[in-house]
Amino acid sequence: MVDETIAGAAGVQESGRPVSGDRSGRALLAIAVLAVVLAITALFSLTWGASDASALGLVRSWLFGATPGNEALSMRDSVIVYDIRLPRIVMGMLVGAALAVSGAVMQGLFRNPLADPGLVGVSAGAGLGAVSVIVLGATVLAPLTALLGSYALPFAAFGGGLLTTIILYNVATRQGRTSIATMLLAGIALGAMAMALTGVLVYIADDRQLRDLTFWQLGSLAGATWLKIAGAGPIIILALATTPFMAKGLNALALGEATASHLGVPVQRLKYVAIVAVSAAIGASVAVSGGIGFVGIVVPHLLRLAIGPDNRYLLPASALLGACLLLLADAVSRTIVAPAELPIGIVTAAVGGPFFLWILLRKRGVVDL
Amino acid sequence: MIEARQVSVSIGSTRIVSDVDFIVRPGELAAIVGPNGSGKTTFLRALTGELAYSGQVSLNGRDAAKLKPWEAASIRAVLPQSTALSFPFTVREIVKLGMTGGRSGVLAGEGDRLPERALARVDLEGFAGRFYQELSGGEQQRVQLARVLCQVWAPVLDGQPRYLFLDEPVSSLDIKHQLIIMNIARDFARRGGGVVAILHDLNLTAMYADQICVMHRGKLAAAGAPQAVLTDDLIEKVFGCRLRVGAIPAANVPFVLPQSAVA
Repeated sequence: MVDETIAGAAGVQESGRPVSGDRSGRALLAIAVLAVVLAITALFSLTWGASDASALGLVRSWLFGATPGNEALSMRDSVIVYDIRLPRIVMGMLVGAALAVSGAVMQGLFRNPLADPGLVGVSAGAGLGAVSVIVLGATVLAPLTALLGSYALPFAAFGGGLLTTIILYNVATRQGRTSIATMLLAGIALGAMAMALTGVLVYIADDRQLRDLTFWQLGSLAGATWLKIAGAGPIIILALATTPFMAKGLNALALGEATASHLGVPVQRLKYVAIVAVSAAIGASVAVSGGIGFVGIVVPHLLRLAIGPDNRYLLPASALLGACLLLLADAVSRTIVAPAELPIGIVTAAVGGPFFLWILLRKRGVVDL
Repeated sequence: MIEARQVSVSIGSTRIVSDVDFIVRPGELAAIVGPNGSGKTTFLRALTGELAYSGQVSLNGRDAAKLKPWEAASIRAVLPQSTALSFPFTVREIVKLGMTGGRSGVLAGEGDRLPERALARVDLEGFAGRFYQELSGGEQQRVQLARVLCQVWAPVLDGQPRYLFLDEPVSSLDIKHQLIIMNIARDFARRGGGVVAILHDLNLTAMYADQICVMHRGKLAAAGAPQAVLTDDLIEKVFGCRLRVGAIPAANVPFVLPQSAVA
């Protein structure tokens, strides 16, 4: 076994095949495959649903436009595709990417595969911010909504997420060492406090707000509109755009904060940027789609098994797979009880919960609690 | 040159290290020895900027506290006592992290193969594809050393000497690998770098160190060449047990010293 590896490592370099222990080639291939799969999933998502606008018809209309003898999309189909399904798909991809990448970044930051914005209360904090705007937007928080317009909701969610993450980090980290038990327990406490305050707001909400809230709290892409995308999209894209610059630093951070610093990583700055980016991405996602759980833990974990934990590849791959999985979950949520639809948070929790248990059982010896 | 003047470290209200002066010149291997809890690791952490301290630490004449992380990383590399990981990195991926921010100092085309060369130096040839988490403690420690070597592969860069800070580099190793690792450290110093190592084995220390700093209750109890420092009196005072330096055991008791290694 060892002899084989030696031969492999020596012979490999000359022939230009991958070097033993170097998974970057495999990772790049996986990223390319995921990009293609995402494109196909997105195309088919446009055609899934109660109306029967077909993928073929859609492509034909893109390629040839409306030509005689080749019916373009009917008016009704066109509205369904461009004003209902397309924004929903774009939002699904943005939110899926945001959730998965935030999970990966948080896991890197806390040096633990169990850290997830949903599990440690960050989503709940963001939710509190969002609910505040929904319920109090016309009264107490009117100045905020007047000032920020459609950005008020994502901004408030971002604030709630940021505050929760900062408290969490300071509670769980002592002298550069993060206690995972403390982190998870503090996350539960913070989540409970945010939920309690959210509960108060729900209690004082009126009937119309209540209907908005209920669906939103379970997590759903059903309310996707181009307007919402215009509010949350830029924030998510900006947050995701910072993550490639964190990748090397997060890799070094796996060895501990002191060692990362000895390796030349500006650890404090990295932590601040990571916390703000995660809070922004989660805040914006929660603002438009509510609490969709487990994407942030399932996606990076699966990818680490396949391509390893190197964040230079893990982060972009997480974005693609997160987007892809959320589109699939959304397809399930709108077809499984058609013509009604299930909130997507229920679908991701139903799949993610057992998956999370499986990680715990599998890694019982390895995960340091 | 590494120069520490009147370095003191307090954690909470407890003073762990008081007023330590310490100088390591390029070409030297300095060993820090002392009983458990005497402040060795705390002092090393102050030298590497991990802990806040009072006093002065300078590297090649520059105030260590004012170096940016990437500047410090190009002057010195640090090996901690042990490193646990939660993610499934391969050995090669870990070693390559040594090239994150510092400057290894190899020629442009040789960087790609540096992890393999560093692994070969610590006697882990062929381990590149293994998972770090599946290795034994001693093997993990050698992987970390290979990573540290990658960071400052050339002991002198741009005319500036560079340094290795090693916290108990051989404590979990078998005798063969203790010798290999200590030879790497001595070789690094011989080629113009400087090494600071916390050691527990007094025989290895006597064999390899140019300078021994003995710490006792947070203070420097003695410093100097091995012959001057390792005396019966000092060992009794510092370690609290009566040992005789250079005494040979009774004829029927086997003993194996690293000094007896045949090159």
